[in-house]
Amino acid sequence: MLHHSIGKRSEKVKNIVERGAVKKFAEAIGDFHPIYTDEETGKQSRHKENLAPPTFPITFDYGIIADLHLPNKGLIHGEQTFHYERPLLAGEEVYCWTEVKNYVEKSGSHGEMGFLMLTKYGEDSKGQLVFSAKQTVIINEVVRKVMLA
Amino acid sequence: MTSIADYSIGSSLTDVQLDPVNRLDLIKYAGASGDFNPIHTIDEEAEKTGLPGIIAHGMWTMGNVSKLFTPYYGEGFIQDYSIRFKGMVLLNDVLTLKAKLTKIDCNKIHFNVAAVNQEQKEVIKGQVVFCLYE
Repeated sequence: MLHHSIGKRSEKVKNIVERGAVKKFAEAIGDFHPIYTDEETGKQSRHKENLAPPTFPITFDYGIIADLHLPNKGLIHGEQTFHYERPLLAGEEVYCWTEVKNYVEKSGSHGEMGFLMLTKYGEDSKGQLVFSAKQTVIINEVVRKVMLA
Repeated sequence: MTSIADYSIGSSLTDVQLDPVNRLDLIKYAGASGDFNPIHTIDEEAEKTGLPGIIAHGMWTMGNVSKLFTPYYGEGFIQDYSIRFKGMVLLNDVLTLKAKLTKIDCNKIHFNVAAVNQEQKEVIKGQVVFCLYE
């Protein structure tokens, strides 16, 4: 069903690691460490800057992959990984894009299931990769029927 | 505070038990993350999809687990963090966050991490590789 999307990618989108967004995100995961919010703690640290939590890239805009239309309801998040070259810094610009790595269908006890593997990337303003994030999205029988309709 | 480099294979970072999951936690996470899928915030929408009630965002739980490592930000950073979402987290569930050191490979410290609920069932599990600065 989504096999035609394998290998397709989005255009890079500029994101800013906005300080207010970092604060709200850190609070939402119950991490009140000052390295995320307190400027002085940031300045005194190795990177001379506040950090963003490791799962923060979930908030970024990764652009749109042409012809990949996923419903915003009913998808199941199966797996998620993040790989970092260095920590993500508050205030920096990150250029993000996403690519469809694979799509497979399997039949099991819950009917036909689709597994969509996406990889997302973020690089800094010098073109150096900061992070990549892989996710597996499970599309169950019910959602598949809606998408095929 | 203990240095992360002082832990040995088989030892664990101190477990963190969270307060029971409440609706406001999930509303806040929806706002902070931009994930407004209503199965995380609106009962009727969750029930319509066959769930017993609203469930936490998997990424909320994954985000919570990462905070076990935040105190060590001066020594290194999370280089790899991988999670498999295994079970639903419902309102009032009480999660405990765990990290156990499994391997030390030069400057990379490997941990098995998990969040378990009040029935000791793992709701997420995975690995963290913490990279020490040279």
